[in-house]
Amino acid sequence: MTHSTTAEPLNYLNHKTGLWSWLSSTDHKRIGLLYLYSITIFFCAAAVLGLLMRIEKIAPGQTIMSAQTYNGMFTIHGIIMVFIVVIPGLAAVFGNIMLPIMIGAKDVAFPKLNLFSWYVYISGAFLGLYSQFANGHSPDTGWTFYVPYSAEASSNVVIALTAAFVLGFASILTGLNFIVTIHRMRAPGMTWFRMPLFPWSLYATAWIQILATPIIGITLLMVIAERTFHIGFFDPALGGDPVLYQHLFWIYSHPAVYVMILPAMGVVTEIFPTFSQKPVFGYVPIVFSSMAIALVGYFVWGHHMFTSGISYESRWFFSFLTFLVAIPSAIKVFNWLSTMYGGSVDLKPPLLFAISFIFLFTIGGFTGLTLGSLATNIQLHNTDFVVAHFHYIIFGGMGFAFFAGIHYWFPKIYGRMYNFRWANISWGFLFAGFNLLYFPLFVIGIQGMPRRYFDYDPKFQTGEVISTIGAFILFIGLIGMISNLVYHSKRGAIAPANPWHGVTLEWQIPSPPPHENFDEVPVITREPYVFDHPHTN
Amino acid sequence: MSSTEHSEHIDSDTGKMGMWLFLFTELFLFGGLFIVYAVMRSKYAADFHHAALELNAFVGATNTVVLLVSSMTVAMSLTAIQQNRSGKAIGLILITLILAGVFMVNKYFEWGHKIGLHLYPGSDVMKTMPHGEIMFFGLYFMMTGLHAIHVIIGGILLTIVIRKIQSGKISSSHYLLQENAALYWHLVDLIWIFLFPLLYLIT
Repeated sequence: MTHSTTAEPLNYLNHKTGLWSWLSSTDHKRIGLLYLYSITIFFCAAAVLGLLMRIEKIAPGQTIMSAQTYNGMFTIHGIIMVFIVVIPGLAAVFGNIMLPIMIGAKDVAFPKLNLFSWYVYISGAFLGLYSQFANGHSPDTGWTFYVPYSAEASSNVVIALTAAFVLGFASILTGLNFIVTIHRMRAPGMTWFRMPLFPWSLYATAWIQILATPIIGITLLMVIAERTFHIGFFDPALGGDPVLYQHLFWIYSHPAVYVMILPAMGVVTEIFPTFSQKPVFGYVPIVFSSMAIALVGYFVWGHHMFTSGISYESRWFFSFLTFLVAIPSAIKVFNWLSTMYGGSVDLKPPLLFAISFIFLFTIGGFTGLTLGSLATNIQLHNTDFVVAHFHYIIFGGMGFAFFAGIHYWFPKIYGRMYNFRWANISWGFLFAGFNLLYFPLFVIGIQGMPRRYFDYDPKFQTGEVISTIGAFILFIGLIGMISNLVYHSKRGAIAPANPWHGVTLEWQIPSPPPHENFDEVPVITREPYVFDHPHTN
Repeated sequence: MSSTEHSEHIDSDTGKMGMWLFLFTELFLFGGLFIVYAVMRSKYAADFHHAALELNAFVGATNTVVLLVSSMTVAMSLTAIQQNRSGKAIGLILITLILAGVFMVNKYFEWGHKIGLHLYPGSDVMKTMPHGEIMFFGLYFMMTGLHAIHVIIGGILLTIVIRKIQSGKISSSHYLLQENAALYWHLVDLIWIFLFPLLYLIT
């Protein structure tokens, strides 16, 4: 172990140096940062693809790319964003960095497996990139790999399928690690109901990862077998059934939405009590709504297939369950609002992002019900309305929660503080740009603009142009936010250990945390959100 | 050295819990194929019945017995290591590996026979067969193929266990890896217990 000679106290960032000390580290905090950096890079790459697609759509007809290129771009944008950025996203970054600290542990249950998961993840990610650049053209099936096209397309589908399989394996290993960590590594006195709510949300997430991901694994293998051996599982000419593929795909890929959003809900659930200096409202309902979302979310996949020819009975069944899953989500929204009610609300950047999360997530949630209802679904299926809906959930929900989380835990992770003004201005661009980008898609979607089309009827141009302008504004916000964070991670003012007066365990240790988190194992004697001395600002 | 100082040994209960969760994911992986099997069989019951006649239930039953015995020997090796008899433990794992080899050789001849009869996905003979039989043989190769991959992985794990017993890293006080490898081997066995009746005994 190399000891730093500077006056700065030893912590997980400086106790060892050199690239290899990072690539071989089993420290959960360092692995979390490895995920943060790789996810950020892939996010930026896929966001640029998104911007290019928006530029293409600034006018009807071909503007900057061919239709085939456009098909490749929305496919690779989807694969990167879904499998490489959002599914690992919050759990792999903040889960890794914060979960052990928040439950009073020195590390996760299987530190070596944790590092191995990152290597599996990064191999899958590079395989995904390779599918874009290998001989032949990039996959053009959409991220959903629907048969029969995915079984026949001449593009690099097999490489992309393998990439998704490998990424799923990484996701399973992380979920497994977190479940065992939460069961076995909690500090003395930390009973289940003294556990903070972000770990609870990770617990619910991890169960979905374990129970749902293998199904996509075998489904992707079956498509690979279709292409390689022509078995015919999904080919009606040989007796197979293409709708069966859609079932298998969504059995995983709908719960995957909850893999994305549950940790996001967990992050904002940490932020509201801290910035209101008030215990979280309804701790137990939040716990059970997380578990209910995980459970019910497993049984709603059919709502992606209302127009695929499934039976009337299964349609109303899946529609009913879709409405049911909205209840625990709504419970959480009321909990967050009630937490702020009567508290000393301090509108710092993390809270700003968290509040906009509620706003955007609620729009995404309500439009989800529009799509989950049988009559309207027929009209809206495969239109830009769907694109707007899931971007409100995934980007507006999960993305803004990620931004909230990074602004919340930044001083803990780096021991330095970013510039608030800069953060607030970036937030303004992000929030305005986001709504300008995606809200028009609701409107033109209702008017009949299909998703995944590179060309459009001139009557949609107003909406498309507003959307493209929004994309540029969003980009200004992204650049502002990322440069603020990157710059101040090294040069920011030294942050105190507990800048927000938080009460969960991560705020009780130095910033950045020491290598093994705690000098002595903490003993927990009470509930997680007790504010003894409310700080008013 | 990497920073593993604080995790010299993962305690046994923690390690086993991780393994059990991993085994659940393996069951779900095969579960996807079982769903496809259920759908296809309910759709083409008569074809499945007819196609299964092509499979030799005697070979299948032999392989079932072989795997069951191998599960027993791997369990016995665990008892042996707990009693600190590492030589006996290695011997029992070797028997397990030999039985795994027997299973794979049987499988090889079975597959070879089918392929000789042009009963493989994409063959000219297959294309002329009824839809249900195409699905049956597709599932047969996919399920037994994926299972065979698991037999190989299990064999590799058990070989690693033998090396670790020889080097003293697995002993009567630390045998978590052997326990987990044995659990994995039981999974390989368990999945075969489902595959055998579904493919061989439905005629």
